[in-house]
This record gives sequence, C-alpha cells and structure tokens, in this order.
Amino acid sequence: MVAMNITVCVKQIPEPSSPGALDPSTHALKRDGKLILDESDAYGVEMALQLVAAAGGGEVNVVSMAPNGETSGMRTALAMGAAKGVLVSDPALAGSDALTTAKVLAAATKKLPAADLIIAATESSDGYTGTVPEQMAEVLGLPSITFAKKVRVDGTTLKVDRQSESGYDEVECPLPAVVSVTAGVVEPRYPSFKGIMDAKKKPIDTHTAGDLGVSPAGWAGAGQKVVSVQQAEARKAGTIIEDDGASHGKIVAFLEDLKVI
Amino acid sequence: MAVSHVWVYAQVVGGAPTAGTLELLTKARALGGTVSAFVAGDGAALAGPAGAHGATTVYATGDIGGRLPGIAAAAAIKALIDGGASPDVIMFPQNYEGRDAMARLSVKLDRTVLTNNVDVAATADGVAATTPIFGGNLLVTTAFSGPGPHLVSFRPKSFAAEASGGGAAEVKAAPVPDLGTSGAANVVGVHVEQSSGPKLDEANVVVSGGRGLGEAAKYSLVEDLAKLLKGAPGASRAIVDAGWVPYSYQVGQTGKVVKPGVYIAAGISGATQHLVGMKGSKHIIAINKDKEAPIFGIADLGIVGDVHKVLPALIEALKSRS
Repeated sequence: MVAMNITVCVKQIPEPSSPGALDPSTHALKRDGKLILDESDAYGVEMALQLVAAAGGGEVNVVSMAPNGETSGMRTALAMGAAKGVLVSDPALAGSDALTTAKVLAAATKKLPAADLIIAATESSDGYTGTVPEQMAEVLGLPSITFAKKVRVDGTTLKVDRQSESGYDEVECPLPAVVSVTAGVVEPRYPSFKGIMDAKKKPIDTHTAGDLGVSPAGWAGAGQKVVSVQQAEARKAGTIIEDDGASHGKIVAFLEDLKVI
Repeated sequence: MAVSHVWVYAQVVGGAPTAGTLELLTKARALGGTVSAFVAGDGAALAGPAGAHGATTVYATGDIGGRLPGIAAAAAIKALIDGGASPDVIMFPQNYEGRDAMARLSVKLDRTVLTNNVDVAATADGVAATTPIFGGNLLVTTAFSGPGPHLVSFRPKSFAAEASGGGAAEVKAAPVPDLGTSGAANVVGVHVEQSSGPKLDEANVVVSGGRGLGEAAKYSLVEDLAKLLKGAPGASRAIVDAGWVPYSYQVGQTGKVVKPGVYIAAGISGATQHLVGMKGSKHIIAINKDKEAPIFGIADLGIVGDVHKVLPALIEALKSRS
C-alpha cells in the first residue's frame, strides 16, 4: 500500500437539540450561536482515519466554511485525529447557496496537500440540500460516488457499495475521487483527552472568499430568494393513553374502525 | 419570464416509468408551456406513459452501460442545451440519481439548485418552490432570482399522478458526450435486497420499528405485526444505521416517504428525520415508553408503554381473531 492523503469536508452547525430558527429579515437558518461538528461528518472523518491507517501513511485534513471564524466543530475533527484544517470564513459568504458553497470548498481543498480522496457526508443535518459533494466533484473535474455505505481503497482504485432504491450497487472508480458517505458507514471514535489537548495546537488556516478567488458570494450571489415562510397545517392532536396491560385492545378497536381488520 | 418549457427528469425501472416520474409530469403540466421528459436510458418504454401524462417529447440517451446515470445524464442535458434546447425549469426526483444529475448539471450551467421541495408554482418571472423545514412545521417558499434553467427537486409523493390522455411522445436522441475523468466511476455489481409482502411505499399499512425495540432480534415483532395487517415493515434511521435491517426499510427524509392508510410507529421517538417521511400518513398509531416523545405530537392514537409488552399482546389479539 502507498500513503494516501484524504480531505474531509466538515460542516459546523448549531446544536441540533436546540430549536432551529430563521433570521426574520433574511429567512436564513440562524447560525450565530456556538457551532458543533455535524454528526453526519463524524462518519467521514472516521472513515478517512481508517483508510489512511490501512494505507500505512498519509494524513487526514479537514475543510469547512463557517461564519465568525468558528472552529470548534473543526477542533472535534482534529481531536479525532485529523492533522490540520482550512476554514473559509467571510461575512460576504453569509447567505451563500449550495453551488457557491461547493465552489468555495473545492477551492479550499487546494490549500491543503493534494488529496487522493475527498470525503463528505451525503447531506448536512441542518440545511440538507444534499448536492455539495457532487457539485464539488464537478468543479474539480473528479469522478464521484455518492451515498457510499461501504468504502475501501485497493491500490489506486476506490471501491464502494453505494445505496440504491432496491439494495446496493458495487461501484468503482480511479483515485483521486470524491465520495459521500451515509451515516452508519463506520462507528466514529470519541476523541481521547490527549486528542482534545493536541487538537488545540493543530493548525487551522483561515481564508476569505477573495483569497480563494471565488465570487460572487453571499446574498448578492445566491441565485435564490426566500419569498414566504408559512406555518404548516398541523395534525390534530389525538388520544394518548398510558398502557395498563390492555391498551392493545384500543389499537384493535382503532384498526376495526378503519376497517383495516 | 413566463414558463414556456418544463423538463422532467424521468426514470424507467423494469420497463415502466417510476411513480415519481408520472407525479412530476403531472405537476409540470400545471406550470404552463410544453412538457418534455428526459431519461438516462432507453426512451421507448417512456414514450407512451409520458405522452399520456402530458409530455410531447422524450429525450433519451439510450443505453449508458455501467456509467452512473446521474453523471451521464447531466452531460447529456448540457449537450442538449448547448445544442439550442431551452428548458426554463428542470424538475428532478429527490433520489440518488436525481440528486447526482442535478448537482453535476448545476455546475455545468452555473445555476443554483432548490432541493427537497413538495410544491412549485409559476411566478411572474419564473418559478417558486416550497420546502418544509423544522420537521415540516414551517413551509418556506423560495424563488429563483437569476436566469434559468431553474433546477428543482421534489420529494416522492409530493403530487398525485394523473393522466391527461395525450398521445405517445416523440422520442429524440440525447447522446452522452465523452465524460472524461469525471465520468470514470462504473457500476460493477447490482445487489437487490428482497423483501416479501407489499412494497413499503405502496402498502396501505406500514409498521415501523425503532431504537425502542432494544435489540435487532426484536425486530421480528414488527415483521409479525406487519404480516398480520397485510402491511410492510419499515424502520427508523437509527436501527438502519445500527445494521439491524437493510437500508431499503428506512422511512424518513433520507429513506422512503410513505403515506399509508395506517402507520404504526413502535419504539420510535419521532426525530425530524423520521417524521418527514411519514407524517403524510392518514392515520398514525404510536407506541413509545417516553410520553414526551415527539411522535405523540402527531399520533391519532398514542400508547405510552413498553413495545415489548404491547406488541406481543397486540399480535396475539390479532391472531386470535383470524
């Protein structure tokens, strides 16, 4: 095996357990509080660490785009074992659409050692547009395999089990390539105490969109505009009962009423 | 700019267009203008049904071999547009192939995308699409602000398919140009995970299990109940990720969207990811230990109890009736 370098795209998102909110003027997701590593991206970081270990050398690096120079989510990836990071943070990027994000991240990967493989999650947990990995591949002129549930590297060939509607497909392509991984593809490690301490000293280079030569960006460049936000019609509240050992009878009666049985 | 040409990204499986294809064609008619279908594959099987649902033209690549369809499709659509075709809107299904195609095309055309939509309407200067956020509590409508073609994807079952009674569409060739390095991925094997009984997204009754089942072996309770109700077994993402059941069982934002007559959620707390895939069900029954579980917020009948007690009792009661 030969050493390989992998770049992982990570998103730093608001704590998912806190209720989401939209900015009243821009209608964008509010992302001004503390940001954490998107759980979906922990799978990609873990996958990268395992592939590099299997290759017997090389390094895992991370790229991210976030407001306000936020790095706490990236530090989690570094604590897991990634070597260094590139952050793109620029007020002009606020409100960017998925295409601009892909252009920015693609440019950011070039600030790191050339990657044999670029890994991303299939979609983020907050915005879930779900197109950025494939858009990055097109920007970079690379082959791509999305929705990977199993990934291995054999020499310079990427071998992936890719989810399909009816099961999975075996797909292969030469490296370098972009792959998007689903949750559950591997079990992400917890950062060790030493990992957390080391991560504080690992380098994160911060760039603006201008540094990367990407424009237009932000609200001005987004090809979309929110025109309305409405409350969805809520389902009517139903009957909630505590099981007393006979509640299955209520289900039977309910199904009878609907003529399902 | 009024909408004059709407294209639908069509898919053919087993010699027939997918349900999603006919849903999108039906909606495409409502946007005004002409409707065309594009398919990465052979167009012959599509011409009749696409025509019957309002398309006048089917653009077909023909056999694409082992190439990933979305990537080949994006290149073929770009070639059609370079050759003078001028779709104002291209509607994609929110699935693996549709997402790949729209993402690649987005870069080739330098146009943004709107994904995960459940509705679309023509506006004075293009289209606006609607997507549910925060588990479907809010509906956000977004308009494209730049020039077309506008690339929009839709969740399954966003629209009801309805034939318009048109004649067969004309099939035109849409050859795939040389994909170069970016098309270097090839499918070398196809694996189908078989399940018996009705299909998850077509069944009138769906019984889904989640983490509350405790262990993989207990999923048989879900299967037994589904079988007794002539329904299909489903699952939350948590237990698919844990490897208890195959991905094809997953109900949710990244799995199947189901709208059965009755949905039974057993040991599922109701994460947003799951609710998005089943809240369109006509009737919802939920069984969960935690009375604060979000699933109870949308259930017609909620049982606060242990699935390990309620499910076996329910299964016995149903068996004793037959």
